[in-house]
Amino acid sequence: MNIYRNVIAYLLLGAVSLIYIAPILFMFVGSFKPDENVLLEAGSWKAFFPESVSLQNFFDVFSRVNFSLFMFNSLFITLSIVALGLVVNGLAGYAFARLRWRGRNSIFALIIALMIIPFEAIAVPLFYQMTYLGWRDTYIVQIVPFIVNAFSIYLFYTFFIGLPKELEEAARIDGAGSMRTFFQIIVPNSKPVFATVAILTFLTHWGSFLWPLMVTSGEDVRPLPVAIAQFQTLPPLQWGDIMAFGVMLVAPILVIFLLFQGWFIRGVAATGIKG
Amino acid sequence: MGAHHLKTESRAAWVMVTPALLGLTLFLTLPFFLAVILSFTNLKLGSPLPVQFVGFDQFKRIFADPSFLRALANNAIFAVVVVPLQTVFALCLALVINRPLRGMTLFRTLFFMPVVFPFALIAVVWILIYAPGPNGMMNAALEVLSVGAWEARDFLHDPRSAFPAIMLMSIWQGVGFQMVIFLAGLQAIPSELYEAASVDGATKWRQFLHITLPQLRNTIIFVILVTTILAFRLFDQIQIMTHGGPNDATTTVIFEAVRSAFERQQVGRGAAMTTVFFLFVLFVTFLQRQIVKQEREIE
Repeated sequence: MNIYRNVIAYLLLGAVSLIYIAPILFMFVGSFKPDENVLLEAGSWKAFFPESVSLQNFFDVFSRVNFSLFMFNSLFITLSIVALGLVVNGLAGYAFARLRWRGRNSIFALIIALMIIPFEAIAVPLFYQMTYLGWRDTYIVQIVPFIVNAFSIYLFYTFFIGLPKELEEAARIDGAGSMRTFFQIIVPNSKPVFATVAILTFLTHWGSFLWPLMVTSGEDVRPLPVAIAQFQTLPPLQWGDIMAFGVMLVAPILVIFLLFQGWFIRGVAATGIKG
Repeated sequence: MGAHHLKTESRAAWVMVTPALLGLTLFLTLPFFLAVILSFTNLKLGSPLPVQFVGFDQFKRIFADPSFLRALANNAIFAVVVVPLQTVFALCLALVINRPLRGMTLFRTLFFMPVVFPFALIAVVWILIYAPGPNGMMNAALEVLSVGAWEARDFLHDPRSAFPAIMLMSIWQGVGFQMVIFLAGLQAIPSELYEAASVDGATKWRQFLHITLPQLRNTIIFVILVTTILAFRLFDQIQIMTHGGPNDATTTVIFEAVRSAFERQQVGRGAAMTTVFFLFVLFVTFLQRQIVKQEREIE
């Protein structure tokens, strides 16, 4: 009976796996094929098994557009948001969780309330604000508004509140101030929450599309997701090049994901806990 | 120590929260109130006319605009179709993967993978999957499955199939996210409940109905809430794959808002649309809180 159930489970998962592997494999294989064959062979088994392998498409991407610049832009913007966000949100989460000060509870309640505002609800006025400030087409406009994140503060808060009291007491007896205690005692003991927040932030902003589409018009500060959308409409239509662009766009996040997938999954599951 | 210590602690706390409060004020609270204020004006970027307070005019106008009404309807259709399908599909996958069998982590990784892919990339790859003619991957697959009865079509340029095509792709991309949340919920159910039920001779199906489903209740409500809100945030796929077309067949609220504010510079009108969107999000969230609260009171 149990073996029977297990066989059904594997058959089911195997069938669903095909649906999941097909588009991903299609992209990887397509990136190594001559351009005209990608669409021509999309309807046959050759879509997944190339007859010849060449890196020509990857060279083509670099010669047709300034790919290195787009990659640098994406890395610089995303890593800046992650790094600055860890410090600013971590400090705030710590002050809310572990320090006693007047106004703490009411301000924290406000921050929790802010969590329900989706970015799309403020995109238009923020766009107007940034236009007014003259920040369009800069790195700043893609970094600064996203450093502070109410949900990150909340994640830090829930982690810090569970730390044992003894951690800080030893530091306090040594006469260390709150700032020093945070960086020297709390941070080294809180690697899981920093990893979770870093991964969630990276994930969100690496794929960010709506905002950079609105605030960038030239190529100088354009990140990869907007660049691939534009590349896809750049004549002549060469699907091999587009797939090669896609492979290079997803490679960094795929490597991080496969190495740290436990953290990814825990991080995403953490978004479910607040319900 | 004592009072002096509390004073230094309070000062340190303010130093620590000030950057965060500054950011939240300038880039979240301010634009949030600005959205409401702007939606009552006729603000248009680069327009020589003075900005005027126009009351509810923008709202009256957008609710008389066939494109915006179509967008609202599309978002609603998307929610009604995708939310139940995706939730049930994700729950099934989570239940199967939660079995203590070899290779389950591998399946979990695979189904979760599209969640980490940028949407822009997925949209571009699926444009090719939906390519017209018998060579297209989707057309070829449907032809094989229907034993030759399928007639190849141009999915994204056909008003009947464009939106379903986008829904199918969105389910494919997003199901791993809900699955992971369900897995966390399943693992939080105490195993004693199942052991006791087995002793009583309850079948697996009865265990699912009387233990798993009630224990997962709040997780299910949360997943439905998040997926519904995601359905109303729909934008990236539309912008890249169909640009709202053909004939508004795939337009959405956020797509219309961006088109107004960004392409036509009508900031006031765009703000009115995002205000409607936010009121909807608020309503759904409120509904979820009420349902969860009721349940807690009954317990």
